Amino acid sequence: MRIRFDRDACVGHNRCHLLAPTLFDVDDEGYAVPLVEGDVPADLEAAARLAADNCPEFAITLED
Amino acid sequence: MSPATPERPVQDWATDFDHTTQAWADRAPEIWRDLRGRCPVAHSDRFGGTWLPTRHEDVAAIAHDTEHYTSRSVIVSDLRPDVPAPVGFAPPITSDPPFHEFARRLLLPAFAPRAIAPLEEPTRQFCATLIDDLLAERSGVVDAATGYAQHIPVRVIAHLLGVPEADGDRFRTFIHRILERPGQAGEVDPEDLLTTYLFRAIEDHRAHPREDLISYLVELDVDGSPLSDEHVVGTIALLLIAGIDTTWSAIGASIWHLAQHPEDHRRLREEPELITFAVEEFLRLYAPVTMARIVSSDTEIGGCPVHEGDWVLLSFPAANRDPEAFEDPERFVIDRQRNRHAAFGLGIHRCLGSNLARMELRVAIEEWVRRVPAFELADPAAVRWSTGQVRGPRTLPVRLLGDDS
Repeated sequence: MRIRFDRDACVGHNRCHLLAPTLFDVDDEGYAVPLVEGDVPADLEAAARLAADNCPEFAITLED
Repeated sequence: MSPATPERPVQDWATDFDHTTQAWADRAPEIWRDLRGRCPVAHSDRFGGTWLPTRHEDVAAIAHDTEHYTSRSVIVSDLRPDVPAPVGFAPPITSDPPFHEFARRLLLPAFAPRAIAPLEEPTRQFCATLIDDLLAERSGVVDAATGYAQHIPVRVIAHLLGVPEADGDRFRTFIHRILERPGQAGEVDPEDLLTTYLFRAIEDHRAHPREDLISYLVELDVDGSPLSDEHVVGTIALLLIAGIDTTWSAIGASIWHLAQHPEDHRRLREEPELITFAVEEFLRLYAPVTMARIVSSDTEIGGCPVHEGDWVLLSFPAANRDPEAFEDPERFVIDRQRNRHAAFGLGIHRCLGSNLARMELRVAIEEWVRRVPAFELADPAAVRWSTGQVRGPRTLPVRLLGDDS
């Protein structure tokens, strides 16, 4: 699984960072910063799904 | 209080809705559901012509469309302010691109998660003190809206801005005038105006600088010049108005829910880690804030033509209950796993204070649940919901059962 993050769609809701702090940090203005490049470790796949399923802007998508 | 215009009864919510009436406040979720089923883009001639979309898809499309809609005014009233866009009365909420981004970026760092985290412990202590007082009430019946929820954001915002917390009652007067009866207050003594109050606060901060948001804004240097007083006053007015009733409403509505759902209250006591999901579900189901836009050039909403100058109510609360966007939307699911709620808006105007508001709501509920083992509505008929664009219980008598202190 890979995370595709659309920086232009992110407006800083901060939902991904709350639900998946190991996958998403936030910068000083509150915008999401993805922490994992490439394949998501298996034990973080559920967290990645939560981040995607709770982003109000649909800025996070998952690719198999 | 100034005399207010008496309410004109609404005949049909699809063609004559009025969100400032008590009849609306008493049953808004029911009205949204009814409209979504038979007339998903409702209209009213009131306020000079206002639209009300209730589908998530339409609300999201408008929130993302800054080409056909202006944020020049975000509170529907009989007056359409002629403050020139793109700055507006209270930047950045009343600003349009490109000025909007400039005004917003000045504030973003002050409201990012890292800046909010240090406020959590003082907020928790304050909530604990409020609950001490409530538990000491011998009758066991307290008003959770005015005795608890209301005080929390007043304290936090006053601290953040750097204005006396003792002025809380004055803030509430300003806010009530602006939010609950917009444009209907009649003549107001200039001494009693929010802007007069804020110009004085600015002068005081210039004379006595300190570590708070007003000093930060007053001292800002933008390419060699300070922000205009109008910009600073507008922004502070925004933070005061947007930061208090909204959070008060969310905390109150969440407690109202728990009072009637002891099973959810119990689960939060037994599984405190559920709070992360529960907070978002409270925000979804009881989203307090409806924004507004003015159509800036003719367009359509879900196939319905709208014209320049029309108001549009941007009902995030209605969008949050759309079955097309949420499974079983009228039900509170404490650990809802897919929850793309729009309680904090969508697009470039996403609530600047969302991290602060979320922290306040979480801490307020955590402390309530931890200290109050069981409670119920003392008089369901006495609960009164606010009118206007910020929805929450303004009177919420609850009976505290048992003591856990």
